[in-house]
Amino acid sequence: MSAPPPLPRWADVLLLPAVNLLIALLAAGVVVALVGQSPREVMAALVQGAFGTPRGLSYTLYYATTFIFTGLAVSVAFHGGLFNIGGEGQALMGGLGTGLVALWLSHSLSAWALLPLMLLGGVLFGVVWAVIPGYLQAYRNSHVVITTIMFNFLASSLLAYLLVNRLKPAGSMAVESAAFGPAAKLPGMQQALAWVGVEWPSSPLNISLLLALAAALGVYLLLWHSRAGYRLRAMGSSESAAAYAGIRPQHQIVLAMALSGGLSGLVGMNEIAGVNGKLLLDFVGGAGFTGIAVALMGRNHPLGIVLASVLFGALFQGGAEVSFEVRGFSRDMVVMLQGFIVLFSGAMAYVIAPWLARALALFKSTGARHG
Amino acid sequence: MDSALLGELLASTLRLATPLIFCALAGLISERAGVIDIGLEGKMLFAAFVAGASGAVFGSTTVALLLAMGTAVALSWLHGFACVSHRGDQVVSGVALNIIAAGMTVVLGLSWFQQGGQTPPVSADVRLHALWPGAPAAWQSVPLVGPLVGPLIGAGLLGHNILVYLALALVAGVWWLVYRTRFGLRLRAVGENAHMVDAAGVSVLRLRYAALTLNGMLCGLAGSYLVLAQGAAFVPHMTAGRGFMALAAMIFGNWRPMRALWACLLFGFLDASAILLQGVNLPGIGEVPVQAIQALPYLLTVVLLAGFIGKAAVPKALGQPYVKER
Repeated sequence: MSAPPPLPRWADVLLLPAVNLLIALLAAGVVVALVGQSPREVMAALVQGAFGTPRGLSYTLYYATTFIFTGLAVSVAFHGGLFNIGGEGQALMGGLGTGLVALWLSHSLSAWALLPLMLLGGVLFGVVWAVIPGYLQAYRNSHVVITTIMFNFLASSLLAYLLVNRLKPAGSMAVESAAFGPAAKLPGMQQALAWVGVEWPSSPLNISLLLALAAALGVYLLLWHSRAGYRLRAMGSSESAAAYAGIRPQHQIVLAMALSGGLSGLVGMNEIAGVNGKLLLDFVGGAGFTGIAVALMGRNHPLGIVLASVLFGALFQGGAEVSFEVRGFSRDMVVMLQGFIVLFSGAMAYVIAPWLARALALFKSTGARHG
Repeated sequence: MDSALLGELLASTLRLATPLIFCALAGLISERAGVIDIGLEGKMLFAAFVAGASGAVFGSTTVALLLAMGTAVALSWLHGFACVSHRGDQVVSGVALNIIAAGMTVVLGLSWFQQGGQTPPVSADVRLHALWPGAPAAWQSVPLVGPLVGPLIGAGLLGHNILVYLALALVAGVWWLVYRTRFGLRLRAVGENAHMVDAAGVSVLRLRYAALTLNGMLCGLAGSYLVLAQGAAFVPHMTAGRGFMALAAMIFGNWRPMRALWACLLFGFLDASAILLQGVNLPGIGEVPVQAIQALPYLLTVVLLAGFIGKAAVPKALGQPYVKER
């Protein structure tokens, strides 16, 4: 078997993700059919639920906001040659940072002063939680994949401890902190749109969507239009070449993890400051892992990640709607689909891409002969 | 502490360590062959589901065990197809297995049994029971020493089902396989330097698939244990991070069977004492937060990996796909 021809750029950027998604959807469709439901009906209800109404669209974008943060986090680490599985824990810690600032100051500061501080708190906690594994990889040679997994568990234990033993108001049964003061509430999208005179239904969607888009733009500018980003990517493509060019790999590892953790830490702005208004146990809900699927699907490019996040947001929102309409359907179907997407666009990248390249080359050569 | 309490602590340590031991051995065989296995959790979860579903439907322990092991082996082969046959990323593939298992077991459970994702409880004759049900009472009634060591030996050591003893025996078995057989030598070699093994005329592909097959069988046993011995039915997400804890135990055991066993026992003991110490005020210390004890295995593993206790002996070719030169 000869080496497959290289994939043309348009196919690499557009066709391959589409084919990967299609295969994952087919696999999920087989399971849907296997459990006795109609894939077509499920798909129609899903699209309608995700995009059919302004309210559905708002929920889709609300989920997408969190996924943009975690997806960007995974991709920045990827560009530095690192696999950060710790998005879940870093997001939990980020939410903790955001929440602690809010609990501390939400009754004494105005929103204008408080919200930036909450953002800083989230970023800082996320950075710390990612920099420790980064440091251990860079200077103590312990693998970042394993340490970030361990740090996920450590983060959830720490949060559980703090909520149960320290932050829970006395006499309350629910494992959550006291509610923040009104200054800690990030404006909802319906509020923001009302300022400019647009009427929009109430939903969890809040202005952290704009923060997420700004973060995506920032990551793009950093990675492709700055020296720091160039050094990071150089390190990611070849550590030895980067070191030969005078780039210190250790610094880049710590930097990549810091950026990654900071981005994950922003999840708290959407979930804690934007929606819940208090600190609770499971506000990340697997979004750290969804970030892996998002980054793979979006080919580690900020624009791709935004699009993939909307796709996953639609799947989660649509999946919730379908579970109301179709008996026996649960959102776990969406989790499964997410797993298939990681499998086909991530793990099996070297199975599908060469096959696609061969198919394209064959198509071209027969086309040339006939033409 | 009286001896009844100690006996109970010993018994629950062994009970909680058993799935960790199976999974840690599974991870060990795979990683010594150079294939990273983050997917232990997912394989164990899927095996638990299949054991619960088939145990309830077919009413046979043997069928449940075989199907559970078969499922986990199939998932291992999928991992192998992506990462050994093709050079896919082993960590990504493991993550995919975990997510697929978490979603698919609930989807299938919901549609097959309509009990919120659970399987119906397996009947008592399908479940695994203590091998020597009379042992605790018999040891208790031994004259003189009975009241003192009776609970320790009778209930603590001899009150378990066959999978607990199988797990302990397999530690010795895996040690023998890895360090005393030709297969084991090749297995370790392929995890250190696959090119060398290939140059010696041994198939890297076949060795790694063999390792993954054993890995799947062990994960299958771990999952079956959760349903057939510890609980009585499959509950969604019932593995609850045990696969990752087993991974931690394997690393903490420095990729060696005996040390991994001690790590599993330590983690099992911590888990057992966390349950026992819930809400208990210790003299001088006060109430120990359960979360701290539960977090300790992960913290210890990080500290070990950072090189603060001993040196981690990671297989050198771990995570590197092997492409045969042409």
